[in-house]
Amino acid sequence: MGAGHPRNRLRGMGFVDRHAKWLFPLPAMVFIFVMMIFPLIYTLYNSFTGWSLSSGAPRTWNHFANYARLVHDDRFLLSIVRMFYFTVAAVAVELIIGTAVAVFLNRSFRGKNIIQALLLLPMMATPVAVAMVWMLMFEPTAGIVNYLLSIVGLPQPGWLGEARWALPTLILLDVWEWSPMITLMALAGLTNLSSETLEAAAVDGATPWQTFWRITLPLLRPTLTVAVLLRVIDALKWFDTIYATTGGGPGYATETLNIYTYQQAFSYFNFGYVSSILVVFFAIVLGISLLLSVIRGRVEA
Amino acid sequence: MASLKRRSGLGRVGFWALLIFILLIFMSPFLWMLLNSLKTPIQIITLPPSFWFKPTLSNYSNVFEQQEFGKFFINSLAIGVGSTFFGLLLGLPAAYAIARYNQGRLATLILLARMIPGISLLIPWFIMFRALHLTDTYLALILTHMLVGVPFIVWVMIPFFEAIPKELDEAGRVDGGSTLQVFLHVILPISGPGIVTASIMAFIYSWNNFMFSVVLAANNTKTLPVAIYNFISYAQIDWGGLMAAAVVITLPVLIIAILTQRFIVAGLTAGAVKG
Repeated sequence: MGAGHPRNRLRGMGFVDRHAKWLFPLPAMVFIFVMMIFPLIYTLYNSFTGWSLSSGAPRTWNHFANYARLVHDDRFLLSIVRMFYFTVAAVAVELIIGTAVAVFLNRSFRGKNIIQALLLLPMMATPVAVAMVWMLMFEPTAGIVNYLLSIVGLPQPGWLGEARWALPTLILLDVWEWSPMITLMALAGLTNLSSETLEAAAVDGATPWQTFWRITLPLLRPTLTVAVLLRVIDALKWFDTIYATTGGGPGYATETLNIYTYQQAFSYFNFGYVSSILVVFFAIVLGISLLLSVIRGRVEA
Repeated sequence: MASLKRRSGLGRVGFWALLIFILLIFMSPFLWMLLNSLKTPIQIITLPPSFWFKPTLSNYSNVFEQQEFGKFFINSLAIGVGSTFFGLLLGLPAAYAIARYNQGRLATLILLARMIPGISLLIPWFIMFRALHLTDTYLALILTHMLVGVPFIVWVMIPFFEAIPKELDEAGRVDGGSTLQVFLHVILPISGPGIVTASIMAFIYSWNNFMFSVVLAANNTKTLPVAIYNFISYAQIDWGGLMAAAVVITLPVLIIAILTQRFIVAGLTAGAVKG
């Protein structure tokens, strides 16, 4: 970019100024094209080919064979069901707990800043590292959780190691990690709620429960809608904790679509078939994101 | 302070009791991680768990001496700093252009990068980098981590640049500055808080990244999350070492998060304000 050099300054100024509109974002656009758009087109192309690195056979054009196979792939279909189960359950519980804690903390008390800083930690800490601690805490025989349950005399499940419990356990871990985000966003939204309003409501004889449903919640709705949108997008794609703790097991009990895709790609190296899964995965995430954005627009309007 | 006197059933003591209970739940994994990293393997699996014992640092020396965590720490740091720096280099001018010239289409493209499942890019990247002999290089890891960082940086910076009055740009241009000079010498110097927020988040995302690194990194560039994951593939799980490694990985992030709390909360809500 010699145009910015002092010698060409007059001419250069004109050029950069006239074209700043697209010159400034150009590097980012080139980057996004090379790293995102090109790979997506390449994946779309691959999804119409038979290509497996493990078989060593040459790549062949097979039209819609991969997509036809998807419809009969039970592992694929069940992984979609698990993905939605995980997302809906985790985000619903996070929304309830996160909002409840925010309403609870929405008063002035000493040390509020420290509490808010501490609430940041679950979502900032490296998920894979925290996953290791969960594995120790939820260890069926030597873990603290089952030890505490045994003291109270409750049954002690196998948690991540037991097919029936593994996915609910992962939902629990996600709730721990992300409820605080809802809390912090809601707290920021609640700063607009003046104490006068609440006092006036109390004077008028409103119960705290009525105040919450009639005043607090409507005020928080735009904030919570965004929080849910962000959470759903991320929960659909969640990988780290699941892969690090169960790897999709026991059996396929925790195999969400993201985990199944990963296994097809990097355990079986079925690059042709996995590309058709990716196209579907991408379409689902994009479709839901757009749907939620539209709903969000309605809420804010 | 016009503190609100609540007439709910919760008294002062009740409030603090509930607060401590909530904190205990959200902090328990961190306390457990730290506590067990200082125990011997036998103490860790002994029930009931002891809270009073003679701490040992042998887990930490094991992690650094036998498991080469020092090397992985450097890798994570280099990739985190590199992807944040280059992410800013691309993201800041792009965000400025979107804020000033209403580049709506570009904003949509960048939003798409935020929504896209990482794995749908990881497979083509893997093929691409293998063909170019770039797997297991810093370049490949920095480029891939940037795809998470750049959208975030742009997203944080757009509302920030929009809040800067246009008169400031115009004043700079009247003084004979080009658009680039105005951006570098007028706009960026007053954008400190936004840039700090964007950098912290981009760095932490890179530091925590697992999926891209586990596929693209090998011996030369293995990052901390991949290293701790490889740790459990041994037949006998070394819980002490695992907990020490977990402390080494999470401690820097937790310190950054606590020190820069207000910036991070701003970053979390930045995506919420505009969309």
